[in-house]
Amino acid sequence: MFAYLVRRLLLMLVTLFGISVVIFVLLRIVPGNIVDILFAAAGYVDPADKANLEKELGIDQPLIVQYWHWISGFLRGDLGYSYVSEKPALQEILPRIPITARLAGLALLFSASIGIPLGVISAVKQGTRLDYALRVVSLSGLSLPSFWLGLLILTASVAMFGQMPIFNPNPQTWLEAFATYAVPAAAVGFRSAALTLRITRSSMLEVLRQDYIRTARAKGASDAAVNYHHALKNAILPVITVIGIEAAFLIGGLIVTETVFNIPGVARFLVEAIRWRDYPIVQNLVMFIAVVVVVANFTVDMLYAVFDPRIRYTD
Amino acid sequence: MRSVWALAVMAALSVLTASTTTLAGEPKQGGTLRIYHRDSPANASILEGATYSVNVPFMGVFNNLVIYDQHIAQNSPDTLRPELAESWSWSSDNKKLTFKLRQGVKWHDGKPFTSADVKCSFDLLMGKSQQKLRQNPRKAWYNEVNEITTSGDFEVSFDLKRPQPSLLAMLASGYTPIYPCHVSPADMRTHPIGTGPFKFVEFKANESIKLTRNPDYWKKGLPHLDGIEYTIITNRSTAILAFVAGKFDMTFPTHITIPLLKDIKSQAPNATCVVEPTNVSTNIIVNSSSPPFDNIDIRRAVALALDRKAFVDILFEGQADIGGTMLPPPQGIWGMPKDKLETIPGYGPNVNANREEAKKLMQKAGYGPDKHLAVKVSTRNLAEYRDPAVILIDQLKSIYIDGELDVVETANWFPKVARKDYMLGLNLTGNSVDDPDQSFYENYSCGSERNYTNYCNKEIEKLFDVQSQEIDINKRKPLVWDIDKKLQEDVARPIIFHARAGTCWQPYVKGVTIMSNSSYNGFRYEDLWLDK
Repeated sequence: MFAYLVRRLLLMLVTLFGISVVIFVLLRIVPGNIVDILFAAAGYVDPADKANLEKELGIDQPLIVQYWHWISGFLRGDLGYSYVSEKPALQEILPRIPITARLAGLALLFSASIGIPLGVISAVKQGTRLDYALRVVSLSGLSLPSFWLGLLILTASVAMFGQMPIFNPNPQTWLEAFATYAVPAAAVGFRSAALTLRITRSSMLEVLRQDYIRTARAKGASDAAVNYHHALKNAILPVITVIGIEAAFLIGGLIVTETVFNIPGVARFLVEAIRWRDYPIVQNLVMFIAVVVVVANFTVDMLYAVFDPRIRYTD
Repeated sequence: MRSVWALAVMAALSVLTASTTTLAGEPKQGGTLRIYHRDSPANASILEGATYSVNVPFMGVFNNLVIYDQHIAQNSPDTLRPELAESWSWSSDNKKLTFKLRQGVKWHDGKPFTSADVKCSFDLLMGKSQQKLRQNPRKAWYNEVNEITTSGDFEVSFDLKRPQPSLLAMLASGYTPIYPCHVSPADMRTHPIGTGPFKFVEFKANESIKLTRNPDYWKKGLPHLDGIEYTIITNRSTAILAFVAGKFDMTFPTHITIPLLKDIKSQAPNATCVVEPTNVSTNIIVNSSSPPFDNIDIRRAVALALDRKAFVDILFEGQADIGGTMLPPPQGIWGMPKDKLETIPGYGPNVNANREEAKKLMQKAGYGPDKHLAVKVSTRNLAEYRDPAVILIDQLKSIYIDGELDVVETANWFPKVARKDYMLGLNLTGNSVDDPDQSFYENYSCGSERNYTNYCNKEIEKLFDVQSQEIDINKRKPLVWDIDKKLQEDVARPIIFHARAGTCWQPYVKGVTIMSNSSYNGFRYEDLWLDK
């Protein structure tokens, strides 16, 4: 087990190194840099001014020097300065992480707490009206883009209540605090919940046909004990895998949700930073997200062993 | 010496007649004005900015030497008002402009304002100081200024190479605030210090910009507001919904398109909304340095093919203006009168006749029903560029030109245009001051960085100088009209239309004036107040 863990950790480091190279190269392949954008916005270019600015920002240096400058700083915890705001990148990124983390956490919680129970119910009630209704809901969840759902929620809120749940940095009431995160989390988590529901349902259907389930019922176990104790425990592995993958995919959904609900989180900030080609922000943020995804994958792998005792990681 | 008192009386009278001004009752003190901001500006330095995304939130932090009357919608030489300058005077040869400065004005950090600050600001703009602006997009405005000299702490003079009455117009722009000598340009990008009615509190990129009342403002009793909060909302639908829901007191100025304006009026019927020209023209840039548009006949055919009214009807439901380079009257000061405009080829009301003429020119150039000219129509990947470009492509079909839309990301647009890597482009040109000097020299003079088409006509350039030196506005106007007509006839940069846009505010917001011939000069907001 220990050797396995060491191997996985080393693999994680290699993966992160690879990601750092890919991010760095991709950003430089994209046409235009911060200086081009600033001068494009101003509609003029003075070659001397442009050269001075490129020198000031260090983007006139050879790529290998730029990469070394960034990665060595990253390892030391020095993330550099944002080209746009001219503030330390860490100072720009750090306050936004808890916002996105809360939103992502709530979205995943929404996904699991809605998707798993409804998936179980849908499987247990297979072929009933309830099953059909839940399948329609899950299909619509998979079909509705989160930005559109978000806009629908906002429009409906304004039309019905004259209120709008956009981000409030200083909520005064419990309801405001709830609306700040819960509504956008539901908007972004709806698709994920729908997927979780479908995976749970299909996985449960497979398990419910197993001999040991029939045996449990024959022994007189209650429906709840059969469905949740015996069946769900064995059907949960694919669901965990999907939730793990969803955690990684969530960042894509969060970009549009943070934009629609005007939440000053990491995802929207990343898009703006890409628009400005703000390399220190983009590189460090993507690395941060990569670390989260790699760690999430690792955690999911470890959870397999927790949920299924037959799985053992050996040397 | 001009009488400042006379100007003040005129200002008071014009406040009473201003069409888009909402003043009612005795102003109330207090309250924070909440506005959404359409995007996150690059930084807080107006002198380095080239978009009104910087002017709108930060103009309230500063003062100019002179400013356009903030209660009169139309900027004109008659609406110039003293601000940090108490008065100004021209020398007898009109080559020296002297300002007497206001005394007792303090910067937000408590240091006194003096003539040295004025000199520093303009030396910075002219590139003569030790410290440099990271970007200096309006350096050319001061090409005719030899030097700035001070006489004591409260007098400053601009020595000009030749008379240039429009200098005052440029000094009155929202783009020309006075910066403090003792704060570096780098610090002004992150924490601006001014003498204006509002102090800078914070700018969180992509989140918000906050200003607070300057209790020591030199205009006693102002500002009325305790502060202004700009929440940055890049998604237009979200921003408008939030305004409708009452989360904001005002929309971002001139951010509402005509179709969206109807939505707002239906959902928030009590809101006050005005539509004004933005002094941004949508135009065609033609690469005349390479085939096929090196052929003047094809360039003229393109200009003749335009059905400008169709653009205006489709995109603005009829609420936009057709004109030449200068914004058309009545909002524009310098635009050609309609009868003169219609004598220009392509501006006449008979579109079919114009297109028949265009077809003949195309046939002369070797194109016709059996041989179409294939062109790429390049434009920026922004709706206000893409939408008219699509209509343009449709209209060009009528004269044997098959256009293909080439959408270019913003970061690559200017470099692409600058290296002439385009055939035909659809472009937007904003004018921060409604004055021919700003427009002509910037967009049409030989060698100008913003002369994207490299149009160069030495004869017309001499006429630029002639109109620029003319002191009498009534004599200057016909000169300007002749130049504008010639520019259109030369297909230098065919103007399609001048856009209009809407601004809305809640009924309790008082004292808002939306400028009708510039989007850059009307955001001091010192006497806005909230009636609640």
